[in-house]
Amino acid sequence: MADMLPIKERLKIKRHEMPTLDPEKRGKIFEEVPTGYTVEDAISEAQRCLQCKVATCMDGCPAQVRIPHFIEAIVAEDFEKALEELKVTNALPAVCGRVCPQETQCENTCVLEKQKRPVAIGRLERFVADWNRNNVGHKLPVCAPEGEIKGKVAIVGAGPAGIACAADLSKACYDVTVFEALHKVGGVLRYGIPDFRLPKDILDSEIDAIKETGVKFVTNVVVGNSITVDELALEYDAVFIGNGAGGPRMLGIPGENLNGVYSASEFLVRVNLMGARNFPDFDTPVNFGRKVVVFGAGNVAMDAVRTALRLGADEATIVYRRTKNEAPARDEEIMHAEEEGVKFHFLASPVKINGKNGRVASIICQLMKLGEPDSSGRARPVPDEGKTMEIEVDTVIVAIGQQANPIVAKSATGVRTDKRGYFVASLETGQTTREGVFAGGDIVTGAATVIEAVGAGKNAAQAIDRFIRSKKLSVAEEANK
Amino acid sequence: MYVIKKKKQWSEKVFTCWIDAPWVARSASPGQFLVTINSCKGERIPMTIVDVDGDSIELLFQVVGKSTLELSRMNEGDSLYAVVGPLGNPSVLQKFDGPAVFVAGGIGVGPIYPIAKKAKEMGNKVISIMGSRSETLLVMTDQMREISDELLISTDDGSCGRKGFVTDLLREVLERDEKPSHIWAIGPAIMMKFVALTAKPFNVPLTVSLNPIMVDATGMCGVCRVYVNGENKLACVDGPEFDGYAVDYDGFMGRLTQYQEKEAVALKHYMELEG
Repeated sequence: MADMLPIKERLKIKRHEMPTLDPEKRGKIFEEVPTGYTVEDAISEAQRCLQCKVATCMDGCPAQVRIPHFIEAIVAEDFEKALEELKVTNALPAVCGRVCPQETQCENTCVLEKQKRPVAIGRLERFVADWNRNNVGHKLPVCAPEGEIKGKVAIVGAGPAGIACAADLSKACYDVTVFEALHKVGGVLRYGIPDFRLPKDILDSEIDAIKETGVKFVTNVVVGNSITVDELALEYDAVFIGNGAGGPRMLGIPGENLNGVYSASEFLVRVNLMGARNFPDFDTPVNFGRKVVVFGAGNVAMDAVRTALRLGADEATIVYRRTKNEAPARDEEIMHAEEEGVKFHFLASPVKINGKNGRVASIICQLMKLGEPDSSGRARPVPDEGKTMEIEVDTVIVAIGQQANPIVAKSATGVRTDKRGYFVASLETGQTTREGVFAGGDIVTGAATVIEAVGAGKNAAQAIDRFIRSKKLSVAEEANK
Repeated sequence: MYVIKKKKQWSEKVFTCWIDAPWVARSASPGQFLVTINSCKGERIPMTIVDVDGDSIELLFQVVGKSTLELSRMNEGDSLYAVVGPLGNPSVLQKFDGPAVFVAGGIGVGPIYPIAKKAKEMGNKVISIMGSRSETLLVMTDQMREISDELLISTDDGSCGRKGFVTDLLREVLERDEKPSHIWAIGPAIMMKFVALTAKPFNVPLTVSLNPIMVDATGMCGVCRVYVNGENKLACVDGPEFDGYAVDYDGFMGRLTQYQEKEAVALKHYMELEG
């Protein structure tokens, strides 16, 4: 067992870098890029944690993960206990350890961030989940429900928000059914995030652990069409809607419907969910060309452009109207993309896609320059008048964000949506404008992070527990009168 | 789940299947469609819902590529990997003043049948026009006759009904004294385009149902986008029915060809494996 070092000693340890696959080799394969800490790395990194009395790191975590506790267990070399600590609040540590933007969340509020060397909380979270999966098997220590079933809850959407809500409610002794429109569960973790960032067997393992607590997943049911929210509200004590934003946003420029123009969702769904990279062994194909351009610079854009490279594109380029500084993707994703050979065209805004015989042939971009900051605080890009460029391409992928999917909302009487189609719900409780119906994740906030959706699912689980208990209490009181 | 209860072969390439799909059957309405997946490696194929009976739904499909060939080779008792739906919006029907005309090209008769049947049940005079290349490709004529006040048939080769196209018959119906109130047309994109060109001068509202390439078919991927009145619409969630005079048919047909080469590769690969 490793000793708890004096603070002075702990401060001397350097932050452990994440080992990664060689960029030369990985650029053509779908193997996970970061390879994970060794036991020695993890213990040493865990010793860097100062075990602050007031754990400011937790303020940065939407899921309120017990960060000092799980790190303390790593130092004690009790990795099973470390996982138990993680799973008190987060059912998806292997996922969150990989895809959370820790640099803007827990690691940003770590006291050591002031010296620009925060504890690598995300890498440690991933280590704990992976160690347990590899050494203890997939039967992860989630609290199994005990005692009487307190009620029935329906959850719409098996993505991060729905899964987190389901896991917490199941732990709190509720009978939970999750309805998923697609044929596989996981939501964006399944269809959106590529294997090189989140291998799907790892996702399966975390979901299997949740299934073992008794959560039922029903796939191929499109809530809104197969069954309405109104019907669910009658049959269940409460309903949680976490169906994700899930609609493609296009640019609205000429040429957008030419063959060879994809939304990022279509491109990633074909490859990740439908197995298109193994066509024709799998039935779903994807057409990718030699020269691929991706519009946008968020995480989805990086996923798309790196996927295009792995599928065999000769050239894969990001076109973004601002600069690298304003790019919404994680620094790590941009760095990985650069290492793998992705090209970047900053300060260029696409205005037209030219076609030849119905297929994409080139794009025309208006060159931009940075102006005054806009409402998001980022410098607003303004056209550099008279300057345009044309790039010859054969595939265009549009990754400029999402819009609300209308299917669920149209079947939910009394659940108000805003003018963009997102549900109006409390960010603290997920309460919508209809009693007994809660919502959280991207369908409330618009596209956000996985952990924010997890946080929203967790908050709603607490609120649903309170709602059902008070409802049953008042029914019982009524009966006793 | 998703067991094939009954199967019928209409012709060399056209089949009907009854499949157990309770989640679809419980709420399917005329005008809606569903998605099937043959196997765990399968693609998501949009299919039309012809009829519902208890927990089962009826599909009509024509073998055009690997997945439909594979489906046609499945037997009663076999199970599909998934059946998802209903998807899209139901048809908006009413009691019209004049006759309602239903134009079906090829297996477009599958989706048009439940709409025409519902229109008939609502008390409308139903005039149905069916067309195909030749008599052997005409299916469901008895069912259509049953729910139609008048059934007109055309074949390209004249082997059944009028020699010619559905548009010839439609023009004659539109020229009658009794002016139709509404036209539905479902079939190959080129047919729907020519129905729109034929009907336009008569100023009768036209609804078409589009069958583009889809993947998730729940509004997520956007592959089914089509310009309607110059605006991008998703056939899966905004349709599948649209104002037949507002659809950009040429753009729509262009997008249907996106995967022609890959479709041929998939079929060849399957034939090499399965023969």
